[in-house]
Amino acid sequence: MDQFYHAVTLNQDLCKGCTTCLQRCPTEAIRIRGGKARINNDLCISCGECIRVCPHHAKMAEYDSLDTMKDFSYTVALPAPSLYMQFHNLDDPNIVLNALLSMGFDDVYEVSAAAELVSEASREYIEQHKAEVDGPFISTACPTMVRLISIKFPNLLPMLLPVNPPIEVAARLALEKALKTTGLPREKIGIFFISPCPSKVAYARSPLTVEKSEVDRVLPIKDVYPLLLAHMKAVSGTDYPEINDSGKIGVSWGARGGEATGLLRDNYLAADGMENVMKVLEDLEDQKFQELDFVELNACNGGCVGGVLTVENAYVAEARLKRLRKYMPVSVNHITEEERPVIPNAKEIEYRPVFNLGSNMLESFARLNKAERIEKTLPGLDCGICGAPTCKALAEDIVKGEASENDCIHFMRDKLHKITNELETISKKLEDDPGAAGSEGLTVFREYFDAIKKDMASLDKNNRG
Amino acid sequence: MEDAIVLKYQVIDGEFQRAGEVSSDVKHKLKQLGVPADIVRKVAIAMYEGEVNMVIHANGGEITVEITPEQIRMILADVGPGIPDVEKAMQAGYSTASDATRNLGFGAGMGLPNMKKNTDSMDIETKLGEGTTITMVVRL
Repeated sequence: MDQFYHAVTLNQDLCKGCTTCLQRCPTEAIRIRGGKARINNDLCISCGECIRVCPHHAKMAEYDSLDTMKDFSYTVALPAPSLYMQFHNLDDPNIVLNALLSMGFDDVYEVSAAAELVSEASREYIEQHKAEVDGPFISTACPTMVRLISIKFPNLLPMLLPVNPPIEVAARLALEKALKTTGLPREKIGIFFISPCPSKVAYARSPLTVEKSEVDRVLPIKDVYPLLLAHMKAVSGTDYPEINDSGKIGVSWGARGGEATGLLRDNYLAADGMENVMKVLEDLEDQKFQELDFVELNACNGGCVGGVLTVENAYVAEARLKRLRKYMPVSVNHITEEERPVIPNAKEIEYRPVFNLGSNMLESFARLNKAERIEKTLPGLDCGICGAPTCKALAEDIVKGEASENDCIHFMRDKLHKITNELETISKKLEDDPGAAGSEGLTVFREYFDAIKKDMASLDKNNRG
Repeated sequence: MEDAIVLKYQVIDGEFQRAGEVSSDVKHKLKQLGVPADIVRKVAIAMYEGEVNMVIHANGGEITVEITPEQIRMILADVGPGIPDVEKAMQAGYSTASDATRNLGFGAGMGLPNMKKNTDSMDIETKLGEGTTITMVVRL
């Protein structure tokens, strides 16, 4: 799959062309064109903000349907840690795990179990390499963060912790186990991640940190949840087996700070929410946090529990985590020699300079110069009516040839005022001396009228056509 | 030859929470130009140090950034107290910052040395009681 794949789509019929998603997109990847919100594939990092804020539910996440379980002879469910926090009064993850089996999965492999291995590997890596680097290591667990850094913060790429995210470690270990126990060929085995967010869908289909992910399908928590509830009810009355295999460190990855506390070091920062992580990344680039060992970044408020494909309020979910982990052991999993090879990640993540204004530096230079001048002539209201999120973005679109000044309704209003004022002056002259213009008078009026009509038409075309 | 891109920013005295805004805007523009990442990094670090200095010591001031295809020139002009001993101020670790400033995590005495380290040339013009103008150049 192409590296610019993103897991957000638009329902054209529902989109009203309002400016809500436009103005909330952290990478300014959206433009309203022809009255509909269009996503620039190069810039979308699958964070899900537009899905979260769209008042018309026109923005949707791409994911797989439950029916795809039929595509495989043997299926393994990989529940994200955040799944456990969706349920009221849940003290025992075994109920969720057994319900997944009763739902039709042949096996379950907890992502929280893999997370404990990743925590251990991260601890080792940081301890061994912290002297070699200037500044902290940055988490690679949230695929949206990796994407954001790869397009906007090239200087921070060497600081990314070279370990696979828990989703990948879980998928690989689950697959190895399934291959061994069933003897089936790879394609008959389906590895299903149960996901809180579209970011993981983008990861599974087009990962930046591995060549190919072993996750075959991604099901959203919101679709699995209602089915799971019924099965959990049935399971809870039985003498279900204890298959839960993770502790506090593993399940805590589901909320902000979980990954960082699992490192058992004090010297960390854990940020969540797109606006906040952007600020942290900017500061990291300016070398403001040299004294830290580790920086955990979560695209969603509250961490993974805040994903747009969950059902429960992120903060309620976070409160439930405290109850759930209360009697859990600290960590159940420790890296064995067989597991070790699946954890490190050796793939170098490339910088994709998608914000370049031109195809080379001279062209970009000329365009930025021009954009700076155009921006000064725009009203600075960032109203979004032109289809760009800010006046600055419109100026950049204009120099790239993707928009025109006429798209700005305020610019257009001033232009129309000017034309009508001129028209008024001419008509006054004619009133005073009706004979002065002769038949030319009518032609001049016609020309002005046509100019107004043309401008009105261009407004229609750009904004609502 | 293109005209230089000229960017002007006001830095407000004592507004610590806003320090970094200029650096962030300049960084974004350099990335839009396709300036290599290591140069963006140097400019960002030098800019941010300079910005913080103006916030802490110099009663704010004005930053002008001139970008041409050959170089990035940053001019940080303030009407602050001036630097009494430039040579001393250039020493790593030398600081005149107040305890309050140090408590905010600033004032380690690395400002000017870091600016020099990350630029190709740095020139300080200072007059006691009148102000300081620091001109830094990073070549592309």
